[in-house]
Amino acid sequence: MENKNDVALEVSNLVVEYVTSDGTVHAVNDVSFSVDRQKALGLVGETGAGKTSTALSIMNLLQSPPGVIRQGKIVVNGFDVLAMSDTELDKVRGKEIAMIFQDPMVALNPVMSIGDQIAESVLKHEKTSRENAFERACQMLEMVGINRSRATDYPHQLSGGMKQRVIIAIALCCNPHLLIADEPTTALDVTIQAQVLDLIDKLREDYRTSMLLITHDLGIVAEMCDEVAVMYAGHIVECGTVKEVFTDTRHPYTEGLFDSLPNINDRAAQLKPIPGLMPDPTVVQEGCAFAPRCNYAADDCFRNQPMFKEFSGTHKVACLAYDRRGFSIERSRRNG
Amino acid sequence: MTGVASPSKGAGEMADNILEVKELTKYFKTPRGLLHAVDGVSLTLERGKTLGIVGESGCGKSTIGRTILRLTEPTSGQIIFDGKDITALGKHEMRQMRTKMQIIFQDPYASLNPRRTVSQTSAEAIQLNHLISDRKKVDERVAELMDMVGLSERFVNSYPHELDGGRRQRIGIARALSVNPEFIVCDEPVSALDVSIQAQILNLLKDLQKKLGLSYIFITHDMSVVNYFSNDIAVMYMGRVVEKAPVEELFKHPEHPYTKALLSAVPVPEYQEKKRQRIILTGEVTSPVNLPDMCRFRPRCPSACEECTGPEPKLRELRKDHFIACSQI
Repeated sequence: MENKNDVALEVSNLVVEYVTSDGTVHAVNDVSFSVDRQKALGLVGETGAGKTSTALSIMNLLQSPPGVIRQGKIVVNGFDVLAMSDTELDKVRGKEIAMIFQDPMVALNPVMSIGDQIAESVLKHEKTSRENAFERACQMLEMVGINRSRATDYPHQLSGGMKQRVIIAIALCCNPHLLIADEPTTALDVTIQAQVLDLIDKLREDYRTSMLLITHDLGIVAEMCDEVAVMYAGHIVECGTVKEVFTDTRHPYTEGLFDSLPNINDRAAQLKPIPGLMPDPTVVQEGCAFAPRCNYAADDCFRNQPMFKEFSGTHKVACLAYDRRGFSIERSRRNG
Repeated sequence: MTGVASPSKGAGEMADNILEVKELTKYFKTPRGLLHAVDGVSLTLERGKTLGIVGESGCGKSTIGRTILRLTEPTSGQIIFDGKDITALGKHEMRQMRTKMQIIFQDPYASLNPRRTVSQTSAEAIQLNHLISDRKKVDERVAELMDMVGLSERFVNSYPHELDGGRRQRIGIARALSVNPEFIVCDEPVSALDVSIQAQILNLLKDLQKKLGLSYIFITHDMSVVNYFSNDIAVMYMGRVVEKAPVEELFKHPEHPYTKALLSAVPVPEYQEKKRQRIILTGEVTSPVNLPDMCRFRPRCPSACEECTGPEPKLRELRKDHFIACSQI
């Protein structure tokens, strides 16, 4: 409570499950993290890591059934999101928290002009006239680099990059405290991606918005975020500042991610893929979820659940190997 | 056929080129006019090497891949494979030719028949081309192929929906290898996959190249992947090659403004004390319909000037093996 003003988002002990006829999918397993005001946290992981389930829980948008939030508390700017009624939530969504979705092609209403779609959000949260709201929509369009004359255009008349700009305009038109961006550039070409990331960066600075950025791309995290949390099979395995996680990597999975990436600056570097596949999320595993794919795994890794070990005030790693004396991963030996 | 083709091979070729593409064009008719998907592209691929083709959506890179195999017919130009002009081959001859040329598609979810098992998919081309007639020998060959691409034997009767993306792409590779090709077009083979699986497939393709002496055309939008994989790179923009060079040269000394912007736009997974200065291009790619005779990159080019309104620059050799199409440099 005392430092409530410094934290934009606090997620504690979140557990998300999907109950299906084929069994219960354990999507998010006891995840806790926070985003400081005006900072950007990158949530990184591969398909099925639980990133999007986490994001949807924060908006309380998880489709239920099959999704169930079993446990946890989510506080956005002082609002306890999971304890709110639908009408209360309506006031928070779009106003306090806004979300940018991965696929700009499906996130827009195809039978409504883009100006109206932005104005709709303004009208929802502010007492103002239709004309004023539409004027605000035009201003937002200009802010994201689209000529205001296109406010009456429909989504199909725009390119992918422009649609994503419209979605950014909708997300930011009510000046939210927290922006959740779920793979905002995955569907875009690299030069357009650079434009959109640049735009998000600039607007975030102007509006002082905090951000949770969900991505599978460590490069985007390096360019956009202050802190990073790495997820694997519904667990956060390593978190810290970007500097800590990138230059003093500790978790074997994080190391595996880095070693799987072709390095544009070092052509000769051999790719070292992570062997095997993600575990079946319907099976509750004993021990560390990454153990079956981990080069450093010992017997206890298959028996005990790893707890967070703190390497600094911000840098935390969930790996049992660090109980062994003198343990270090190859990457940290390489980096000295 | 061979009589026509052999002189063109003898004409000043010293390197052992498995593939030569000359002034290839592919236009599509659209209601708004002719779409220049591929517009006068010339490429060569040395045997056992990899030529990377990079560019953004709509630049024509996939169309080139498909046109080389004549899965779409070229509008004009020549495709010379193994010294033989295949542009004029009939349907039957072309089918035989394709036992030497194969393709791996981007989306392993869409490019496999959902009603065929792993073994059926891998064996189909063998049977269609009558490469092996004995049923038992076919099974042996399938087992061999599965081993080659790292698919465990227990998946032999699995259907695509039972497998994850990485394994599905392995089936796609097994299918391509089944006819013993010399040359494979890899069209974005890893872009639908997660990074840890992507690395497995890239390593597999590299190992297979070494083991079987394959030549690849590797089509991708990912600069770091193409860097890792290729010997030479051609950068495409709106149907044209704008720069072409050996990979080290291209990454160290990119010359074309588009290549520079493309390289600078790639987010690098390294911690940086200060924000990197990036070249941010304005505008977007338009579709290459009814183009004026002018540099196609000009509307987005950060270094465009008056002279750039002149006729479209041709690809010329700037330094040894380094080609560029820009009138500014």
